Amino acid sequence: MAEISINGSSYQVDDDRTILSAARELGYDIPTLCHHSVISDCGACRVCLIENKKSGNLMPSCTTKVTDGMVIETENKRLRRARKTVIELLLSDHPNDCMTCEADGNCELQDLAYEFGIDKPAYGGFKEEPRFTIERDNPFIEHDPDKCILCGRCIRVDQEVQCSDAIEFVERGFAAKVGAALKKDLGDEDSSCVFCGQCVEICPTGALSYAPSLGEGREYQLKKTETTCGYCGVGCKLELKSRDNRVVEAGSIYRDNLPNPDGEACVKGRFGYEFIDHPDRLSRPLIKDKESGEFKETDWEEALDYVVDNFRRIKREHGAEAFGALCSARCSNEDNYLIQKLMRAAIGTHTIDHCARL
Amino acid sequence: MAKIASPRDLTQYQKQAKAARDKIETFITMCGGTGCEGSGCREVINEMDRKLAEKELQESISLKVTGCQGFCEKGPLMVVRPAGNFYCNIQPDDVEEIIEKTVLKGESISRLEYQDPKTEEKILKEEDIPFYQNQERVVFKNNGFISPTSIEDYFSVDGYSGLVEALFNMSQEEIIEEVINSGLRGRGGGGFPTGQKWRFTYQEDSDPKYVICNSDEGDPGAYMDRSILEGNPHLVLEGMMIGAYAIGSSQGFIYVRAEYPLAVKHINIAIEQAREWGLLGDDILGSGFNFDVEIMEGAGAFICGEETALMASIEGKRGMPRPKPPFPATSGLWGQPTNINNVETFGNVPLIIKNGADWFNSIGTENSKGSKIFSLVGKVNNTGLIEVPMGITLREIVFDVGGGIPGGKEVKAVQSGGPSGGCIPKDLLDIPVDFDRLSEVGSIMGSGGLVVMDEDTCMVDVAKFFLDFTQDESCGECPPCRIGTRRMLEILNRITSGEGKEGDIELLKRLGEDIIDTSLCGLGQTAPNPVISTIQYFKDEYEAHIYDKACPAGVCQDLIYYNIIEEECRACDRCRRVCPVEAIEGEPGGDPYILYDDICIRCGNCIEECPFSAIEIIPGQKE
Ligand SMILES: Cc1cc2nc3c(=O)[nH]c(=O)nc-3n(C[C@H](O)[C@H](O)[C@H](O)COP(=O)(O)O)c2cc1C
Ligand code: SF4
Ligand code: SF4
Ligand code: SF4
Ligand code: SF4
Ligand code: SF4
Ligand code: FES
Repeated sequence: MAEISINGSSYQVDDDRTILSAARELGYDIPTLCHHSVISDCGACRVCLIENKKSGNLMPSCTTKVTDGMVIETENKRLRRARKTVIELLLSDHPNDCMTCEADGNCELQDLAYEFGIDKPAYGGFKEEPRFTIERDNPFIEHDPDKCILCGRCIRVDQEVQCSDAIEFVERGFAAKVGAALKKDLGDEDSSCVFCGQCVEICPTGALSYAPSLGEGREYQLKKTETTCGYCGVGCKLELKSRDNRVVEAGSIYRDNLPNPDGEACVKGRFGYEFIDHPDRLSRPLIKDKESGEFKETDWEEALDYVVDNFRRIKREHGAEAFGALCSARCSNEDNYLIQKLMRAAIGTHTIDHCARL
Repeated sequence: MAKIASPRDLTQYQKQAKAARDKIETFITMCGGTGCEGSGCREVINEMDRKLAEKELQESISLKVTGCQGFCEKGPLMVVRPAGNFYCNIQPDDVEEIIEKTVLKGESISRLEYQDPKTEEKILKEEDIPFYQNQERVVFKNNGFISPTSIEDYFSVDGYSGLVEALFNMSQEEIIEEVINSGLRGRGGGGFPTGQKWRFTYQEDSDPKYVICNSDEGDPGAYMDRSILEGNPHLVLEGMMIGAYAIGSSQGFIYVRAEYPLAVKHINIAIEQAREWGLLGDDILGSGFNFDVEIMEGAGAFICGEETALMASIEGKRGMPRPKPPFPATSGLWGQPTNINNVETFGNVPLIIKNGADWFNSIGTENSKGSKIFSLVGKVNNTGLIEVPMGITLREIVFDVGGGIPGGKEVKAVQSGGPSGGCIPKDLLDIPVDFDRLSEVGSIMGSGGLVVMDEDTCMVDVAKFFLDFTQDESCGECPPCRIGTRRMLEILNRITSGEGKEGDIELLKRLGEDIIDTSLCGLGQTAPNPVISTIQYFKDEYEAHIYDKACPAGVCQDLIYYNIIEEECRACDRCRRVCPVEAIEGEPGGDPYILYDDICIRCGNCIEECPFSAIEIIPGQKE
């Protein structure tokens, strides 16, 4: 245990934890940008600075561990000025694009700009002319380096959680940006990107977006439904986001004790939802015409009667074990549940399988 | 060759090496350092080799190519020993005469001797030249004396005696205690007490521990560390070994920039030799201590000199700093306790162990002990590498060692600490070179850059130069440094191009303070220093740029103009002929010439050409 003083009050806290986590648990609000619970901390963004009253230094609370006898302040004039300058500098190299930005309402930079009341950055105003071009060379992820604050969250999730090492900082100083490691684009043949989308999920700004979701609605316009991905036996939790009853994005859920606690997903879970509203999808029953061999559309009445009659006959003639059911990951979990219920309870067989049986 | 198995063996080899050296009648040391390389020492060395062979003198006369001897301004340099004739600016054509007269007959060649610019007297010996007289060559002592590629030469100057002392006569604690008592502070820029750092690493209960020698040396114009590695690599190795033994490490790394091929070559040779002789490897000298060293070549980014970025780079990651704590002593290379010191710091260690803390302590001031190597450049007569005792004043450095300002100009300021340092105005030149005093006046000791500026230097332009460097070398990780230094540079560019406005000085100060306060690593935390210190001492120059649109020193092109003084112009037509843009008009022998400011590109050709000093630079913008 360590005895520490925060803003004049004393606390006993576990040592080996960071100032940020201890202080937040005690109810002190400290802004952050480069911190995220599922990745390591690097102390890069400098908005979580606190003042060490003994040394007189400002220190990043996300990387500094508590030590016995530590005396800190999380809020004072000097800190407010320091944090405000950092945010102003970020905004001075940022377009004033919230109006049309995909991330509006779901952007940590926007929130901080609002909280610190910055109408116009003191150091040269907002970025007028883009310095980079938007990268849209693959069907899944769009990258706008002009909106990037170089917090490095995407890189750390890619390297530490997904272990793809597909992206890295490139160049240095003012020219630094996030780029595909060694290659020109994530979609390149040699890129190790697997399009898990975790970098997009973790990005605090609008610098990374899902290409298929562009223009489909802001975060606050989307309905969120927690679900278990049906593609495989891992059973990842995902948050499907829909608008007007159409799924437009598959987001991550960060929660302990899930099969994917750090928001992991694979390319199918993340992007394979377009079939739901695909025009080729069958919405009416079809019966095969025995003579021509063609499927003909019919109504539910006739189709169900046809199935029931034949099921009854087969069961009578050959027994329940003559049945087997194979269901699909592209059906909803509820559909999958019902088909096994039907097989077990109504038909009486356990011969049931599914393409996600890994 | 046998390995050295015990301290007695080593003493034996040292004796042999000394005897072998003393047997040679004459030996010539020729500087092969960076500066002399640039002024053509290779040709002289080749010629000397050829001539000695031709005259069949190779047996009795030995030619040694040494590391940097410091007086780069006068290179190529040569000393003919034991008489000690010191020759400068030698050309291949001089070689024949040197051998015939000096080497064979002991006559001096007056033409090649150093001439004191003040007294115009010729000076025969190295030690009588003011440049050397006012120095205290401790780490550099043997640089101009031994061959860096010969371990026997190092033996001949009692090399590795410090290691023996440490391994056989001292405990780990005693070594650390000795280094603490010596008062040695890090020479890499931060000035942290070396012994204390060793103690922290020693106290960590974890294995393995690492030792790193920081030879990245990225400051513009600095080449102190390079010259030590090139000239005396075994000294650094010995220092590392003592440090490693003291903290309990068996693996060391030398991180050196790949742009220093000669340093890399020499340190590689030294490591190979040390391994062959049993000074690196297992059970060194029979002491039970194991230690080896690996060289890592850096790609030359300035930020890779910062210790945490350097370690990331050794680990194969992008060279980016991380916040401290944890400090390398607790969690360094691959998360293990690591002690990192600068080349010059390690270079002092064998001397402290050999001669004792009290000896080291006797040089310097209360809180700054020993000597410091500087690279003295800028508007000063004697440029080069100098090693001076701590406590010497800046004035002594500039005027006694440096020989004053060329062209009879006035000194204006001295910049120390490179891009992290500040400008010290001429009124403060009497302060001693001391870690604490330098930071009190807004600069830092730094790693050893010392730039002398005269009255023709524009301080805003100087600040811009350094900031341009740091903003370019920023790693880009944290916003205050990445964007903040950029914004400061934009403001400075505005000011020097005549677009400065009211409030700019305050904005620069405020932003500079915030960058210092909020940046992640030492680069950002010090980058605004050159701007802040020039605002502190030369605010009037900033104001002249902003309000009068004038550069008082006549440097900033947009804030000066060229003018032909009518009364002086004799219409000789010479200026008109050299102007590349036809900005000057006139008839030879006719009326005074006319210079059109809107056409003039301020190249300076005309002013150089005019024999009557009829052209002047006027600060300000032409009405
Ligand atoms: C931007 C930056 C560059 C640095 N470059 C060097 C360098 O080139 N050489 C060096 O010895 N120290 C350099 N340092 C200091 C090192 O981080 C470290 O403090 C030093 O190597 C410790 O050795 P010392 O205690 O012997 O001085 C640099 C620091 C910063 C912030
Ligand atoms: S990234 Fe955030 S701050 Fe930037 S334009 Fe988009 S919403 Fe606004
Ligand atoms: S999509 Fe996944 S694999 Fe590709 S860069 Fe992002 S995190 Fe890495
Ligand atoms: S792309 Fe997003 S997550 Fe990645 S560094 Fe930029 S702002 Fe951070
Ligand atoms: S201060 Fe500059 S060099 Fe240091 S981490 Fe920040 S951006 Fe990189
Ligand atoms: S400074 Fe150069 S451009 Fe200007 S007048 Fe003289 S010669 Fe011509
Ligand atoms: S959250 Fe701590 S520095 Fe970014």
